[in-house]
Amino acid sequence: MSTLVATRDLALAAEFIALEADLLDTRDYAAWLALWVPEGKYVVPVNPDETNFEDTLNYAYDDAAMRSMRVRRLTSGESMSAAHAARTLRSVSRFRLLGHTEQGELQVRSAQQLIEYKFDRHRTYVANVEWVLRREGESFRIVRKVVRLLNGGDALAGITFLP
Amino acid sequence: MTRDYSALVKDDRVHTALYTDPAIFEDEIDRIVNTTWVWVAHDSELPNKNDWITTHVGRQPVIVNRDKAGTVRVMLNRCRHRGATICEAKKGNAPGFVCPYHAWTYGTDGTLKGLPLPKGYKDFDKGDYTLVNLRAESYRGLIFATFNQDAPPLEEFLGRARPWIDLFLKQGGGYPVKVLGEHKFTFPGNWKIQLENTTDAYHFPIVHKSFLSSLDGDTGELFSFMDAGGYVEDLGNGHSVMVMIPELVDLEENLDEPIPERFAELADELRAEHSEDEVRRIVRAVTGSGFNVNLFPNLACSMAFFRVLRPLSVEETEVRHIAIGMDGGPAAANRARLRLHEHFQGPMGFGTPDDAEAWERVQRGSQAGEDSVWIMLNRGEDKTESNAGDVTAETGMRAAYQMWKRMMTA
Ligand code: FES
Ligand SMILES: [Fe+2]
Repeated sequence: MSTLVATRDLALAAEFIALEADLLDTRDYAAWLALWVPEGKYVVPVNPDETNFEDTLNYAYDDAAMRSMRVRRLTSGESMSAAHAARTLRSVSRFRLLGHTEQGELQVRSAQQLIEYKFDRHRTYVANVEWVLRREGESFRIVRKVVRLLNGGDALAGITFLP
Repeated sequence: MTRDYSALVKDDRVHTALYTDPAIFEDEIDRIVNTTWVWVAHDSELPNKNDWITTHVGRQPVIVNRDKAGTVRVMLNRCRHRGATICEAKKGNAPGFVCPYHAWTYGTDGTLKGLPLPKGYKDFDKGDYTLVNLRAESYRGLIFATFNQDAPPLEEFLGRARPWIDLFLKQGGGYPVKVLGEHKFTFPGNWKIQLENTTDAYHFPIVHKSFLSSLDGDTGELFSFMDAGGYVEDLGNGHSVMVMIPELVDLEENLDEPIPERFAELADELRAEHSEDEVRRIVRAVTGSGFNVNLFPNLACSMAFFRVLRPLSVEETEVRHIAIGMDGGPAAANRARLRLHEHFQGPMGFGTPDDAEAWERVQRGSQAGEDSVWIMLNRGEDKTESNAGDVTAETGMRAAYQMWKRMMTA
């Protein structure tokens, strides 16, 4: 792959990742669900270095059904924490193209700094995020998003947003 | 000024100061946390000799290890030279401990084995510098520690909770129970707010409505336990049991009932390597037990996991939800258990964030009407003697607070 193509791929991926971040910060969950391929996996592991998500404990290990149930929970009004959900603001940066899968999907790693605000306090969640993105026209769909929280192995707090 | 603790805890209510007064919290650390048996680890976290983990007894960092003779020990994680912590990793395996500051070296039993440049000391007796060992005792793989040399034996302290622990451990499905991982979170509230919650069925259909909505029909049925014959029982010493799903009290009973539809796939997968009897036993154990055993002050054997409390300050508490599974059991069953744990527990579960929000709201509310508004524990007061079928009775909370009062006024 030429440098030029790689640079363009990465620029497009960065734009897509920023879009995803914006949808989550503005809580446009319906649009967020539409970003995924049906077999996509959304993973927030406990151990930030985990590779075997299936056989270990995660904060979230979501297939399509779990993702839509999670969104329903956040939006249904049935959850007292989600009814007063934290506001979030996330910055995404440090995009790096790690390579391609056999199917030609992009493998990207980015940094995410997320600040939530609720009950008069800010909390910070910092993470490395790994992406597998499938080309679809000029945009992408998410095959895999793994959010590796720096402090994943230690005490967090109730999370009423999607990191 | 020491408060009159017996006046702050009545039979049916407790005073708000129990959530807010830093002086009371300090007394709790002295008279409860540092005085009684505190759960520190499960055997499966230390499978081999020389294994160690780090954790806390209250605010004090400790090492829990299996020494080279195989004895489980709990020692203060503090070097006897100038007091550095000796281990900062979560776990490890080593034939001894070397303090990173000046390299004092300890055996796995805590005895000081060596130190650099020993000639620099006059009259130095290594025997004076053993790591501080707490008393440590286990019941069926549950390891507890205490600073109190006069505490009753652990088994006596657990008392009538023991048969419930035995029942709880049947969720190994024929295998020993093993720790699979944990979720850990803090909430800005007093530790007793969470202590109460593990024996509070009353909140479940309200706070966990969004969880209930996410379940399939059969599972939803199982969790609608408000009228299903459950009950709460005071087990003595502040311990209690809340039975929510009576048919899941003994997981080795009713093994010949048909396998529920939602486990058909799992059962098929298990059949490849297990007899029909084993499959039934494993499947019945996979969702855990139908009750919570609340052990005063810091552990609950809660349906399918261990809930561990750690008071950090009067208004800050750490909670761990430790996932358990079948040690040496089928990977498919343990995966099912992990996914069930992720569904409800932990900071991103469908249940925990709502619990945490409710507890924080209790703490925020405690700023109002300190003397006029008490914390009520009077549900099902008339049923305490008979345990007559009310799962929402606040019997377990009353049991815990009476133990609290006993210890705080001792
Ligand atoms: S503090 Fe441990 S060797 Fe000095
Ligand atoms: Fe709850």
